[in-house]
Amino acid sequence: MGIIKASKLVFDYIRRDEEENIEETDRAIDGLSVDVEKGSFVAVLGHNGSGKSTLAKHINAILVPTEGTVWVSGMDTADESKVWEIRKGAGMVFQNPDNQIIGNVVEEDVGFGPENIGVPTDDIWKRVDESLKAVGMTAFRYKSPNKLSGGQKQRVAIAGVMAMRPECIVLDEPTAMLDPDGRKEVIRTVTELNRKEGITVILITHYMEEVIGADRVIVMDEGKIVMDGTPREVFSRVDELKEYRLDVPQVTELAYELRKGGADMPAGILSIDEFVESFMAAMGGTEA
Amino acid sequence: MLREITIGQYYPVDSVLHRMDPRTKLFGTMVYIVSLFLADNVWCYLAAAVFLAAVIRLSHVPLSFMVRGLKAILFLLLISVSFNLFLTEGEELFRIWFLRVTREGVRMAGFMAVRLIFLVVGSSVMTLTTTPNQLTDGLEKSLGFLKKVRVPVHEMAMIMSIALRFIPILVEETDKIMKAQMARGADFESGGLVQKAKSMVPLLVPLFISAFRRATDLAMAMEARCYHGGEGRTRMKPLRYAGRDYAAYLTYAAYMGVMLALRTVF
Repeated sequence: MGIIKASKLVFDYIRRDEEENIEETDRAIDGLSVDVEKGSFVAVLGHNGSGKSTLAKHINAILVPTEGTVWVSGMDTADESKVWEIRKGAGMVFQNPDNQIIGNVVEEDVGFGPENIGVPTDDIWKRVDESLKAVGMTAFRYKSPNKLSGGQKQRVAIAGVMAMRPECIVLDEPTAMLDPDGRKEVIRTVTELNRKEGITVILITHYMEEVIGADRVIVMDEGKIVMDGTPREVFSRVDELKEYRLDVPQVTELAYELRKGGADMPAGILSIDEFVESFMAAMGGTEA
Repeated sequence: MLREITIGQYYPVDSVLHRMDPRTKLFGTMVYIVSLFLADNVWCYLAAAVFLAAVIRLSHVPLSFMVRGLKAILFLLLISVSFNLFLTEGEELFRIWFLRVTREGVRMAGFMAVRLIFLVVGSSVMTLTTTPNQLTDGLEKSLGFLKKVRVPVHEMAMIMSIALRFIPILVEETDKIMKAQMARGADFESGGLVQKAKSMVPLLVPLFISAFRRATDLAMAMEARCYHGGEGRTRMKPLRYAGRDYAAYLTYAAYMGVMLALRTVF
């Protein structure tokens, strides 16, 4: 069993009227099973309403399953006595950078998590130093979060999660409100944490470019997993992706169209360099 | 521009007073206020003035900042002085039409004015040398004993410090909404008071909705980071008394002693 495992997970959003009668139920996740290996970088893709954010909230025990079970590091998230243990092990970064920073000074915000779990003062300082360094925000530690850019705020939020020394970080569309520079900044930081510190990363997003560096891509639609594989495997199925209302990176699509048109291009090209190389090969290298 | 607003009136320089524990400053302000109400003769007020002058000097904050707070109470000051001046019974000094001014009245009015001014300047010293956050921390720790009678002191302090963090964000948001409404022809400037108040409605509704949305998000983020109230919580920056704080407490005791002595002697 991996670090996160879900089995036949079902989650209904229930709307009740004033008399607590069920007015409407909305199935966000529908019989989903998944197993995430420790230390891997998993990207979850899906258009709005595909259930990807709902899935993310299950990993942190913010939501508990209507049916089925979710285990995080072997602990059942429905077990209320384990809630804090689970949240300590699986940190979460949200979409809006402003609404998740609590401290009035960067370093105090990073210390907020360790304070909550009762870490001794000296140890908090050590963790804050390490976490700020890990996300490259040490230079900003005495600044007010209000004076940082969106990307910097998200890095502070990531540091705040890191300070709790989690085994796993779940990022729920962390780049949706950022400009392109901020997006790159955040993805670079997350990738580095995964590679250097061996933290399991679950990145929920709808930007295709961000998932290229992942070990595994999961595509969700209507509460189910519809595609699951390495980025190359997933992106070689362009038509299928389009069916789920997802775009593919531009180079991938270009290569795909060329291939359809009869050019000798491999499937699932992810980067520009890769494209150029195989394009040159396909053209017989005559234009070099 | 709105990003730059400061909350409270903290004046950032380095001084002994700035470095002092917020609890010491809170207690000191209380001692000073009590001493002002104990004072009943000129010598007492003189002692209070000397003490205040010394503290202001130590704080390295320009006097003009201290006096700024007085503007807010100018009206109150005028009313209380005139009431005391004209309505105190006693030996008549002179009379303007039906208003009698007595010797006792002049004395009372003078003392009242000095007392109010010292009170405001004295508490300004605290707010000018302590950041709102330190103040919150200090209050939480000083009022910690109230937890025993189930007053949610920690929660209240947390609310205060979150409010401090979100004020600039909400101010910025107000500005944004206002500009968006103005771009679509809203008019916040003209008209009478009622008209102006009415034109605030389309501003307040979206502001409230967004504030509630932020609150839900923040609550979720706090829970995700294991926040579960003050119990079992440690502090990154715990308040610890240093030598200067003990020295300050000794000074308070000495000051109070002098005050009481002057009160009984004269």
